[in-house]
Amino acid sequence: MKNWFSSGTPWIWLNAGAIALALVAVFGLLFLIIVRGMSHFWPANVESFHFQNEENSLIVIAEIIESETVPAESIQGYDIKEGNVTRYLVKTGNRDLLGSDFRWLYDIDLIKREETRDVMVIERIEWGNFYGYLDSVYENGTKVSNKDNAWQQFEKRIQRTADIRESILELEQGEIGAINYQLERLRLKEKRLIIDNKLTDQALNTITQKRKALNAEYELLLKQTQSLYKEINRDSIRATVMDGTVVTIPLEKIVKAWQPNKFSFSDKVFFYIESLWAFISEDPREANTEGGIFPAIFGTVLMVILMAILVTPFGVIAAIYLREYAKQGAIIRVIRIAVNNLAGVPSIVYGVFGLGFFVYFLGGQIDDLFYPESQPSPTFGTPGLLWSSLTLALLTLPVVIVATEEGLSRIPISLREGSLGLGATKVETLWRVVLPMASPAIMTGLILAVARAAGEVAPLMLVGVVKLAPSLPLDGNFPFLHLDRKFMHLGFHIYDVGFQSPNVEAARPLVYATSFLLVVVIVGLNLTAINLRNKLREKYRALDN
Amino acid sequence: MSESIATKIDPSLLTSDDSASESDICLDVKNLNLFYGESQALKDISFKMKKNKVTAFIGPSGCGKSTLLRCFNRMNDLVDSVRVEGEINLDNKNIYAPNVDVTSLRQRVGMVFQKPNPFPMSIFENVAYGLRLQGIKKRRVLEEKVEWALKGAALWEEVKDRLDQSALGMSGGQQQRLVIARAIAIEPEILLLDEPASALDPISTLKIEELIYDLKSKYTILIVTHNMQQAARVSDETAFMYMGEMIEFGNTNTIFTNPEKKQTEDYITGRYG
Repeated sequence: MKNWFSSGTPWIWLNAGAIALALVAVFGLLFLIIVRGMSHFWPANVESFHFQNEENSLIVIAEIIESETVPAESIQGYDIKEGNVTRYLVKTGNRDLLGSDFRWLYDIDLIKREETRDVMVIERIEWGNFYGYLDSVYENGTKVSNKDNAWQQFEKRIQRTADIRESILELEQGEIGAINYQLERLRLKEKRLIIDNKLTDQALNTITQKRKALNAEYELLLKQTQSLYKEINRDSIRATVMDGTVVTIPLEKIVKAWQPNKFSFSDKVFFYIESLWAFISEDPREANTEGGIFPAIFGTVLMVILMAILVTPFGVIAAIYLREYAKQGAIIRVIRIAVNNLAGVPSIVYGVFGLGFFVYFLGGQIDDLFYPESQPSPTFGTPGLLWSSLTLALLTLPVVIVATEEGLSRIPISLREGSLGLGATKVETLWRVVLPMASPAIMTGLILAVARAAGEVAPLMLVGVVKLAPSLPLDGNFPFLHLDRKFMHLGFHIYDVGFQSPNVEAARPLVYATSFLLVVVIVGLNLTAINLRNKLREKYRALDN
Repeated sequence: MSESIATKIDPSLLTSDDSASESDICLDVKNLNLFYGESQALKDISFKMKKNKVTAFIGPSGCGKSTLLRCFNRMNDLVDSVRVEGEINLDNKNIYAPNVDVTSLRQRVGMVFQKPNPFPMSIFENVAYGLRLQGIKKRRVLEEKVEWALKGAALWEEVKDRLDQSALGMSGGQQQRLVIARAIAIEPEILLLDEPASALDPISTLKIEELIYDLKSKYTILIVTHNMQQAARVSDETAFMYMGEMIEFGNTNTIFTNPEKKQTEDYITGRYG
């Protein structure tokens, strides 16, 4: 036994155990969010539940979300006090008719469960999903389908509606958006001229003419959209809900429709991929509980990239000074301690600082100096992309400084002497030999910075993230990158969907799915950086020889 | 071939200077003292060195021979606590005078270190490094000078087909010759070699020694070595140092066959050190 201890075997087992535990924790976490989040997009079969007792009967058409067994005595309103009862959480949709999307069903008086083949699910732009049976299709109020071709007619017309909707979106967000943007710039230009006292008749004339031209163009586009709106309103359907009510749904309100019980396995896989892609690539709807999360992904990635661009030069320059130029003494030691402690400051404190210093002070100054024409509405004096990136750059600065210093200290003195011996100055040596060789270490710092920044939410809530941004911070209007705009962020999106949503049950899978995507985005950003670093390492392998 | 290019670049390198004996003196060291903080590493060293000769510095470890070598291109300046007293005159100008430009001094006095220290760049870029520092940008000029320097370091034939490959893939001996090529590419007047062969195998060492013999015609060479046979083989003059003092300085043959001082004799015959 004593030998066994001194041989070191228990330590190896202890270490292996710790590693195994860590791996289980990581993969368990990933497994949980993948299963909970990704299963949301799978087209579940829709069942009809037939309930009947002496007094009344009821049919419920719904997807089963989960089922559990509970003691019968815990159910109120029933006389049975013994044994267990299965209960199902089901999604019935039809929130506009039933008041809520979800309900609990108990295995009491349940006489029949069946999967009817032609039950239909409709994803609507408003009010969530619709569950029911298709009756007939109408064009301008006239019935155009019979019993056999209703579904084909319906699918065809959905496609048409979707195409028109896309054209409308393109017109409104693209061209009309651009015109509005130009009009706003024109207004600001005029105001600017007035403030500067330079508004000559000629300048005014040009502005008026430009405005006229833009307005004319706008009128034209408006007509186009109006005719498209007329087109999109052409078709509608009638459908029967589970209690027998017949409702009319205009196709304009329909995103897509499917009959899950008719799906083969490959249909389901195809549908799954399609839904997942829609989730990644589309804008959110219905207070973020429906639709996609594209703006949040975009905002997260853009913000992190900007942060990286901002933090690298600052961190590297600071590290170069600390390691190469500053006289190593008490003051530098204090600065180093301060830098290291900066990494331990709670992130919300950075948010408060960002709000107080960047947004109100710096942003306010910038507005006063450069944007007097748009006052009193602030341009940079309000939370936005730039301030978020700067705040996170500040937050991650210590990491970059420490990693860069580490890298600089590892460059062998012999290489520096080699360069200096050839008549290079210290700066030339730094630029040509030391910094390139330290670049893998700088990348390591950046990787750590990205990993931290991408997952940070608290400070962003103060300095630029919103639950719904009207437009992306990067678009086709000059100057293309709008640093003053607010943006969406996956981390905040998770919080918002999960805890600020009116529809908790509907939001839950989205929370997991969004979490998973956040992990994917962070891992993706990190892999890119790691890949870059490995290439640099390969290039500057000299340290080992 | 290498000579014709050398002629094109700097004819004065090949023609020997036959003027008065005073101008034969290349380096004149007067009462040199060097301190690391409180402790004195070099004690009152004075000697004169002739042009186009190889001078070897020998002595036991810690005797200050490397420190002395690093005085000639002011490499000791990099150490914070170092203080230098006395003069080193290069062409009658004190290199420790206050108005001396250290970078141009280092271009005149090239240095090769104990361990090969090629930069993590291509072979070509390594040799072109010093040239680029001087602001030479024309590709053709760079190529010409790199070829000339590599030929001068007897490396051209081995690497001419892989100039764009990383210098880190070369063998130790090749790397050391590359470093010598890098040093001579900027055409210094003096080459300082700090134990250039100590990290190399015997065959590479031999090549370096042959190279030193060839380079003698163009440069004044100062070499620090632990290897007595090497000093005897390559040098014209030898300095023996002990405990920061220069014990004896003179013709290599004399030092090795008939040294004046007993200390020198003891060291050379292997009685200590």
